[in-house]
Amino acid sequence: MSDLLKLSLSEVTTKLKAREVSSVELATEALSAAKAAQPALNAFTAFDVDKTLAMAAASDAKLAAGEGGALEGAPLAIKDLFAVEGVSTTASSNILKGFEPTYESTVTKSLWNAGGVFLAKTSMDEFAMGSSNETANTGPVVNPWKGTTDGNLTPGGSSGGSASALAADLCFGSTGTDTGGSIRQPASFTGTVGVKGTYGRTSRWGVVAFASSLDHPGPFGKTVKDSAMLLQAMSGHDPKDSTSLPNAVPDFVAAVGKSVKGLRIGVPKEYRLDEMPEEIAKVWDQGVQWLKAAGCEIVDISLPHTKYALPAYYIVAPAEASSNLARYDGMRFGVRQDGEDLTSVYENTRAAGFGEEVQRRIMIGTYVLSAGYYDAYYLRAQKVRTRILQDFDNAYQKCDAILTPSAPSSAFGIGTKSDDPIEMYLNDVFTVTANLAGVPAMSVPAGLDSSGLPLGLQIITKALDEETMFSVGAAIEDAAGFNAKPEKWW
Amino acid sequence: MSDHTYRLTGETGDWEVVMGLEVHAQVVSKAKLFSGSATAFGGAPNTQVSLVDAAMPGMLPVINEEVVSQAVRTGLGMGSKINLYSRFDRKNYFYPDLPQGYQISQFEFPIVGEGELECEREDGSRFNVGIERLHLEQDAGKSIHDLDPNSTYVDLNRSGVALMEIVSKPYIRSPEEASAYVTKLRTLLRYLGTCGGDMEKGQLRADVNVSVCRPGDYEKFRDGGDDFSHLGTRCEIKNVNSLRFIRQASEYEARRQIEILEEGGKIDQETRLFDSVTGVTRSMRSKEEAHDYRYFPDPDLLPLELTEDFVDQIRSELPELPDAKRRRFVEDFGLSEYDAGVLVSDQSRAAYYEAVAAGRDPKLAANWVNNELFGRLNKESLGIGETPISADQLGKLVALISDKTISGKIAKDVFEILWTDGGDPARIVEDRGMKQVTDTGAIETVIDQLIADNPDQAAQVKEKPKTMGWFVGQVMKAMQGKANPQAVNEILRKKFEL
Repeated sequence: MSDLLKLSLSEVTTKLKAREVSSVELATEALSAAKAAQPALNAFTAFDVDKTLAMAAASDAKLAAGEGGALEGAPLAIKDLFAVEGVSTTASSNILKGFEPTYESTVTKSLWNAGGVFLAKTSMDEFAMGSSNETANTGPVVNPWKGTTDGNLTPGGSSGGSASALAADLCFGSTGTDTGGSIRQPASFTGTVGVKGTYGRTSRWGVVAFASSLDHPGPFGKTVKDSAMLLQAMSGHDPKDSTSLPNAVPDFVAAVGKSVKGLRIGVPKEYRLDEMPEEIAKVWDQGVQWLKAAGCEIVDISLPHTKYALPAYYIVAPAEASSNLARYDGMRFGVRQDGEDLTSVYENTRAAGFGEEVQRRIMIGTYVLSAGYYDAYYLRAQKVRTRILQDFDNAYQKCDAILTPSAPSSAFGIGTKSDDPIEMYLNDVFTVTANLAGVPAMSVPAGLDSSGLPLGLQIITKALDEETMFSVGAAIEDAAGFNAKPEKWW
Repeated sequence: MSDHTYRLTGETGDWEVVMGLEVHAQVVSKAKLFSGSATAFGGAPNTQVSLVDAAMPGMLPVINEEVVSQAVRTGLGMGSKINLYSRFDRKNYFYPDLPQGYQISQFEFPIVGEGELECEREDGSRFNVGIERLHLEQDAGKSIHDLDPNSTYVDLNRSGVALMEIVSKPYIRSPEEASAYVTKLRTLLRYLGTCGGDMEKGQLRADVNVSVCRPGDYEKFRDGGDDFSHLGTRCEIKNVNSLRFIRQASEYEARRQIEILEEGGKIDQETRLFDSVTGVTRSMRSKEEAHDYRYFPDPDLLPLELTEDFVDQIRSELPELPDAKRRRFVEDFGLSEYDAGVLVSDQSRAAYYEAVAAGRDPKLAANWVNNELFGRLNKESLGIGETPISADQLGKLVALISDKTISGKIAKDVFEILWTDGGDPARIVEDRGMKQVTDTGAIETVIDQLIADNPDQAAQVKEKPKTMGWFVGQVMKAMQGKANPQAVNEILRKKFEL
């Protein structure tokens, strides 16, 4: 692998514009590196070499003509939840095996319009349900980071393939979706930057739905600036998504590097969990010191309903999922299993098509929406959600951004948590609140733990204020000077 | 008990019927409720299906504003409360013609609240039916079971088409009233242009809820503020698609329930289907088998919030509605309630009538429209849109009668000519010499001649004045019907000194 693939998105697009490197050259290298890494990392679910090379050639033509968008010519990896026209789109599920959409998701279309080049589809937890990328129908994705640990680690999830691919320098940016932390937790586990904007900033049209009111498409970048460039391209009003924000998209890239002097940074006491590993507490404290040194004012804040967030999330998300996944009935697309009558066709198809975790969540969701249980579960969870939103509103009276750890641990070993769903669900403890409230949040790498594994810090800001998030994120990035890369073993 | 109470007599005494209807009306709109697909009837299977209608992965619904306007229009037409806040919910169940695995409907917060509809029985008496609510929802696709012995085919053209579900209160007391209610609702929807109302095309279908009770129970139910404990257990007959079937199905169902109760049984709350061939209802699913629809707010859609201005704008554009039009026809034109009712039962018929009556004798115009024109159209199975005689032509004909240019009898001949050959009534009368003779001199000459030729008949008239009619007939015959009948009678009476 040449050093070209190690460049950041902002660096490589500069080189592309300067015609120091061609998109076809980059794409060819990325494809070969990705394919070479596939047996070890298992990050990808589909390639379409012809499409990649055609898009790269088209980018080169534009660049030669002095045209092209902000991402022109840069190969990007796409989570398998996004519909890419003519390319296998399966949500890493057997039930969608062989499904090739005739349409392109709004977000990927926007990326292509900005000049992005399709590299590959990436693996994920089936239907984005998981925090380790172990539930994909194509098997676990492996984290390129090993640190000093033995055995393979998970890249986190659900967007584990996108995180792994980027951390291993197999692409220049990638997409994820964040429903409860599915971008930020893998970003934290892989030393990458992961962002979700305000709910509705990026369109959900053409993205296989998990939990509609919580799903946030967003990017992974190697740097804060890269992630800002990508979110910029992905954002915008989409009339095809009724929950898409009509607001104009600010200049996210301009916010990167902007002084954070005078910003008030909230540190929520409820996030300081009793069982939190010391190293997590340490990196959090370190982050606070960095921001203080950068001229920020540190404010103690309270988000009193935080402890109810995870239970509420694990009611609302499965409830919506149980309904969203009803369309996978074997009737119109995907895989059908025959049966002796209609009911058995449904049962056989869904039993064979959905993995264990997806089935578990469909059952939880069906249960909490059932007559007699709706008020006690779904309705109460929605009330919690309102309280969480109020918590944030109150907190933002006192601060401009909130700093927390991204995840309660560094990357864990494959198979170490997959037998205990509750422990797996706890991975989302710091991230779900931002999904329930719909506010922007990102994870920025802050350092390595004693095992040599990356740890991320999370920055949460007010709805529509991604700019402050990017400014604070860049300040952390600067202070941390994080430039570690996983040692190549794959 | 009013004169109209419908009673069925059983072995153990009299029974009464209580009914409530849920009418599904397909909204007139070029596009579906949440997708841009066409809604035209009769398209080849699966040709009017978008990615959204087929529920492809990642597809999202976007509300069609025109459909919202139509629902508000309908609500205003029923005098109902318009809810400025309403919300779409998902009704979850599995069926192959329901691609999403849920129907988007409005469960908790419908767009239209309570209202009332004044309906008319066949004898002209009126009754009111309370409207509980109107909500918007998606139609399902169509399962076709008879094309293949082993498979079911699905046509998704109808999938996602916008329906208004209009729910009545259980204030309907007989099969006849049920039919009258649907008739009135259909007329109103057609006036408003919000539903085509063609039951054969499935544009209007009814779920009919029927229960039976003893005389006096219904009054207790109403007096108790709709206290359902006084009513019997209801059964719902799904998807009844003609007025006749509504009557047949509800009558059959009432009798079935009475029979069970009189044998000491009890009614199970259940969903039933009406078999129009055998005329019976049969069980579709019991209460135990009823779906748990797991309603919850659709997270893909924002709540529907309307402004007062939006509603006011629609209110200001409402057409004159049937009840108001009937009152005007009675008050301004002096028509009978019956004639007015017949005319306003169909908007195009009323419009046709108004064009005929403009500047002319409105009663005479009503007679000609209702009796002559519609008699003839019905005989030939034609609709008002297919009439060979325009309102302008018929109006001119009525004017010719009013100004005595022709008699009513001649007018019928002119009507025939207009029907088959067309033309201008005045010109037809002129060209064919059909003008009425009012010249008393000419009539007198004919009468004198007739009296001279028929002395015996003339003598008889003096004794039996009623026989004068024979002379009237002879005069008309001699003058090819063109003599003014009044003038003929007058002169004859003078001659015979009657």
